[in-house]
Amino acid sequence: FYISRSIDEDRKIKYRAAVKIQSWFRGWRVRAYLRHLNAMVILIQKWWRGYRCRKHFRKMLETAYFIMKMNFYNEMAVRIQKRWRGYYVRKYIHNYYALKKYLQAVSVNNAFVRSELQEYVEMKENEEKMKDLEKKEKEKKYQARKMHYLLSTEQIAGIYNSPFRKSPDPMELLLRNSKPLSHRRKQVKSPFAYELYDWPTCKKPPAFVTALPLPPIGRQKPQGPFRDTAEVLWQRYKPLEPTLRVAESINSPLEKAREGIKREEWRNPIHDNEFLPFSSYHKNEDDNYEPSLGKSGKYVREAYGTKHFREVYPNKWIADKDFRTVVPSIFLFEKFGKTYSRAGQIV
Amino acid sequence: MWFLCLTYVLSRLQGSKKVPKCQCKGRSFPSVVSLLRPLLLDVVPSVRQTAALGLGRLADYNVDLAEAVVKAGILPQLVRSLPEENRYYKKTAAFVLRAIAKHSPQLAQAVVQSGALETLVICLEDFDPGVKEGACWAFDYIARHNPELSQAVVEAGAVPLLVLCIQEPEIALKRIAASTLSDISKHSPELAQTVVDAGAIAHLAQMIPNPDAKLKRQVLSALSQIAKHSVDLAELVVEAEIFPVVLTCLKDSDEYVKKNGATLIREIAKHSPELSQLIVNSGGVAAVIDCIGSCRGTVRLPGIMMLGYVAAHSENLSMAVIVSKGIPPLCACLIEEHEDHIKAAAAWALGQIGRHTAEHARHVAGANVLPTLLDIYVDTRSSEDLKMKAKKALKNILQKCTHLPALEPLLHDAPPSIMKHIIGQFSKVLPHDSKARRLFVTTGGLKKVQEIKADAGSLLQEYINAINNCYPEEIVRFYSPGYSEILLERVESYQPVL
Repeated sequence: FYISRSIDEDRKIKYRAAVKIQSWFRGWRVRAYLRHLNAMVILIQKWWRGYRCRKHFRKMLETAYFIMKMNFYNEMAVRIQKRWRGYYVRKYIHNYYALKKYLQAVSVNNAFVRSELQEYVEMKENEEKMKDLEKKEKEKKYQARKMHYLLSTEQIAGIYNSPFRKSPDPMELLLRNSKPLSHRRKQVKSPFAYELYDWPTCKKPPAFVTALPLPPIGRQKPQGPFRDTAEVLWQRYKPLEPTLRVAESINSPLEKAREGIKREEWRNPIHDNEFLPFSSYHKNEDDNYEPSLGKSGKYVREAYGTKHFREVYPNKWIADKDFRTVVPSIFLFEKFGKTYSRAGQIV
Repeated sequence: MWFLCLTYVLSRLQGSKKVPKCQCKGRSFPSVVSLLRPLLLDVVPSVRQTAALGLGRLADYNVDLAEAVVKAGILPQLVRSLPEENRYYKKTAAFVLRAIAKHSPQLAQAVVQSGALETLVICLEDFDPGVKEGACWAFDYIARHNPELSQAVVEAGAVPLLVLCIQEPEIALKRIAASTLSDISKHSPELAQTVVDAGAIAHLAQMIPNPDAKLKRQVLSALSQIAKHSVDLAELVVEAEIFPVVLTCLKDSDEYVKKNGATLIREIAKHSPELSQLIVNSGGVAAVIDCIGSCRGTVRLPGIMMLGYVAAHSENLSMAVIVSKGIPPLCACLIEEHEDHIKAAAAWALGQIGRHTAEHARHVAGANVLPTLLDIYVDTRSSEDLKMKAKKALKNILQKCTHLPALEPLLHDAPPSIMKHIIGQFSKVLPHDSKARRLFVTTGGLKKVQEIKADAGSLLQEYINAINNCYPEEIVRFYSPGYSEILLERVESYQPVL
């Protein structure tokens, strides 16, 4: 039994040793294989990465070159644009010299306008002065006319012609030239007069004729069976008081109708000359006789106006022959005057 | 019986304005009016006319009387009877309507509601110029109050008739028609457009050379009311070839013609730079400047505003204003005028001229304007508006002003808000210009700067630091306040080297 057990244990020991050796060997083989694989993988990856990076590098190089080129172009473009913009702005937008010229032109124009306006003002002032002067002259003349009795006579020297003066006063000369003023008719307006124009503004309130006009002072009563002077004058110069019918405006229907008739009459007649009575008609005729064209020639009838319309001077003509028609005349125009009937022609 | 009424009415009318006063004291208004009312229906036309005239004069005098007339229901009666009457009655009736309408919008509304507009239009078509004038006047007073009433007037078809009235030979009629058109178009652009569509501009423009002063006033005012609303209307007005005729109006002897002429040019100039350019090219700026120089008071105001508007549009235009010698009259206005709003306008205009570039600011500063502006700003009597405008103008000019001698005098008395701008300008110019630095020191500017106390970190302090950095240490210390004490202390503590 001990022998079998020792053989068995020997066997077991050998078995275990064989297992160990085998496992070790197998492990070594696998490890070697893995190591080999690793190395292969590393090789592949090395080559692959190198390749990829070289490609990438080339691309990077290209882009860097491109960027450098673009920068350069940008710089140059900036330089060009700088110059161009400066030029353009200075020439067109902010032209300094044009601006200066414009301002000069503006000031010249202003001076011109000012001078014109000054002239205008002066002209106006002159006009005003002239008007004033004329007014004064008129006033003076009127005064002279009113005071014409102050004129000096041969016997009595007037106020303006004192003997101590060398020459008469200018007023004296005016008086000599002026015509005496006649009495002005007294204008009395009745309240219902035709001019109600001023009423809305009421510049002249209506005046009544209540009192009789006063007679002149110190007049002797004329002898004889005369009426009272004041009464006579009042009656003579009584203002016109038109009735309301007369004072009615032109727009009243009666007036309108009258005007309508007048317009019709004016519109309708065949010719404008009024029928005048024969005596006065011939009176006018004898004074200014106007011969008509048909009767005013040497032997009554002139050829001008009927036979020809132009005067003809043959000695002034350059050529003998008349105008020739080079271009054929238009057929339609040949028919002018010929297509109509002869009934209208007056021989 | 009617003789009695006549004499009664006439005796009242003879007393003219005194009569209504007596009546007001004696009796009550409705009774007065009710006395007149049956006379309006009288058989005899003259009585009707005088009754209407009496009503008109009463309404003209007093608001309450006008209201009494309206309350008594006279208006519809008047309006109804108008078309059949003769021209005197029409005139007096138009007078009554205008006298009522002139007092207030409500009364004018009452007039419109009684159907007066159609009858007034009929009056406008009449042949007699007096009737037309009365009707125009009534329209004028109605349209004056507010846009709705103007719209009512326009809808009644009055505008073409008014344009026809303008062409009539009578001057009074032309005046009133122009004034009516002016009052209609002043309210809104649509109304102005209606007036323009009726062809008013050409006729108004033709009347500008007319010698009558009052007519010119109205015509110019009408054109300016039309032009003020929009660019297109202003261009239409300009196309009617008013330049350079309008410039002669600026030289007229009548003050209000000048004022209205300047108003017209201002309304045209304010819309766009092109229109301002047109005005400058036709020499309008020179004429306006002369006009400002020759007038006094509120008449100057539109001219001043016109210069401000022209200068505000662009720097070339403001240079043109400067070249036409615009600054001295504006400065004179600032100094001479007493009214605040005119001074404010002048300050604003100067600000607009000077704010564009350094050149402009130099010209403005050279006319010695800045101290005046400063005085106005500091003055306690100036109103708020004036102070604000002066401050803005100062600020705008100072921000561009690099002309240091002009800034010097301001340094001494400016309040802090202005001071920072002045110092800012100095700090911009001094680092670059050595001569200016020298001048700055010799005129005592550096000393003044040192004396200013500013909060640390504020803009003012930064500017002061910038200025101090331009100078060497010793000078800055020399001018800083209290330096003499520091020196004396050093003298005291100094131990002499023996």
